[in-house]
Amino acid sequence: MNELIEFISNNLQITYILILATFVGIEVIKSIPAVLHTPLMSGANALSGVVIVGAILVMLNADPKDYISLGLGFVAVVLGVVNVVGGFAVTDRMLQMFKKKK
Amino acid sequence: MDILLNIIYLIATVTFVVGLKNLGHPETAKKGNAIAAFGMGLAIVGAIFLSKGEVSLLIYGLIGLALLVGGVIGWLIAIKVEMTKMPELVSLFNGFGGASAALIALVEFGNITSATEATVFATIISGVVIGAITFSGSLIAWGKLNGSVKSVVKIPQYNLVNNLFFVAIIAAAVYMVAMGIDGQLFAYALLAAGLVYGILFVLPIGGADMPVVISLLNSLTGIAAAITGILYDNMVMLVGGILVGSAGIILTVAMCKAMNRTLGSVIFGSFGDAPAVAGANKTLGTIKNTNPSDSAILMNYASNVIIVPGYGLAVAQAQHVIHELEELLTAKGVNVKYAIHPVAGRMPGHMNVLLAESNVDYSLLAEMDDINPQFNNADVVLVVGANDVVNPAAHNDPASPIYGMPILDVENAKHIIVNKRSMNAGYAGIENELFYNSKTSMLFGDAKSALTDLVGELKNM
Repeated sequence: MNELIEFISNNLQITYILILATFVGIEVIKSIPAVLHTPLMSGANALSGVVIVGAILVMLNADPKDYISLGLGFVAVVLGVVNVVGGFAVTDRMLQMFKKKK
Repeated sequence: MDILLNIIYLIATVTFVVGLKNLGHPETAKKGNAIAAFGMGLAIVGAIFLSKGEVSLLIYGLIGLALLVGGVIGWLIAIKVEMTKMPELVSLFNGFGGASAALIALVEFGNITSATEATVFATIISGVVIGAITFSGSLIAWGKLNGSVKSVVKIPQYNLVNNLFFVAIIAAAVYMVAMGIDGQLFAYALLAAGLVYGILFVLPIGGADMPVVISLLNSLTGIAAAITGILYDNMVMLVGGILVGSAGIILTVAMCKAMNRTLGSVIFGSFGDAPAVAGANKTLGTIKNTNPSDSAILMNYASNVIIVPGYGLAVAQAQHVIHELEELLTAKGVNVKYAIHPVAGRMPGHMNVLLAESNVDYSLLAEMDDINPQFNNADVVLVVGANDVVNPAAHNDPASPIYGMPILDVENAKHIIVNKRSMNAGYAGIENELFYNSKTSMLFGDAKSALTDLVGELKNM
């Protein structure tokens, strides 16, 4: 428990951001027509690929001789970028279909 | 340099919020997706070139190669995939994101020393576990949706075993943090445990609930990304991850509502266990067969026709034929509409995407609440490959597992034609008394060929 309090007081900024971002996420998504649920889920899925930034940092921080870290980082970047590129591309394809109706 | 990077991250974060907001409105959705994608690109480029001063060329080369390989794979999958396979794809991509998070945490675990703060330790460990659960869970969801994973495991006290296992993982993680156990072997053990739990978690969940699970796992990936963000004190990952996390939860709840399920019952109660017994002994009467030519006559002389598309239509790739049928009927002066159940297809909104793909006019798609009162005036309802969403048991059989689920009231129409491949039960695994209704006639066959025949008959009239 003390650890938690210590963490919060040491990372007050992060704690604020965490809580406020949660509300932003809820408010932004609220009252979205069911029609858009699938593209939205796909778009949000692409956004969660932001984890790739972490994967890049892992590789940048790795010692060039530390093959395990480099290897794991490499795979992490590949997987992350598949999620990002694939996610945005497929969302775009879906939304394209909504557009050409007229 | 540091300031520039922070500004880039700030811009990227803002694009995420703006993008997500725009994704929520039909007119701006495409723009929203592009905005968010631009922000993501910016963040990636910034992270590569601005976060560290001196990095060997080898590492830059490797990062470039990884981006190229992953980018090409992702792009190819995205442009090749059939729209009917969309739910599987989202699940698969999501699994990749989770795996990425788990690997990052695994590498960082190797950097833990005795000087590492307990909170950092805890962050890393939760990254490993959540990432692993998301990865294996998403893969199982993917397998279940495309039919390669079928087994519904039935172990007595499954939920109890499952939950105990989860509690054990948490206990082990807490113990590791508290004792400062940083052996790499333990990290792998935790990773393995997370993977196993992901499988156990998704395996017993029924296919009908799969979209809810995917949405939930999507939200979990966001949380994993946010955890990694805390680890690196990286705002774009933190805010991006939390946005996905909270938006994912809201979306999950919205889906549950559309299916009249609570999140708890999706996770803890497997669908379709008891119902098979409950409905099996009931005598439901006999069914009436029809053929394309009789159906064509019926529809030709109708003034109001409502089409109820379901997943069977998607599987048979019949979305283009159904559009042809609709145009043909409209040309003959028949008033045609589509009734879209919120969870028609495999995901909310999935059917709208499919019909949009075949150029169906958007204004003809009616949502459940708008169309339900109109079934009284419908001369013919054509149900194509839908089952559970038109099952009257949801209204009148309290014993049914789908009791209370909002459905399309097709039974109020004068005639009902149901196209199905066979009498097999739908995703919920239960009988549908609609098929035995005296107003119902069954048009058996693959949706595409049956509808093609129907269109052919209509053309000859």
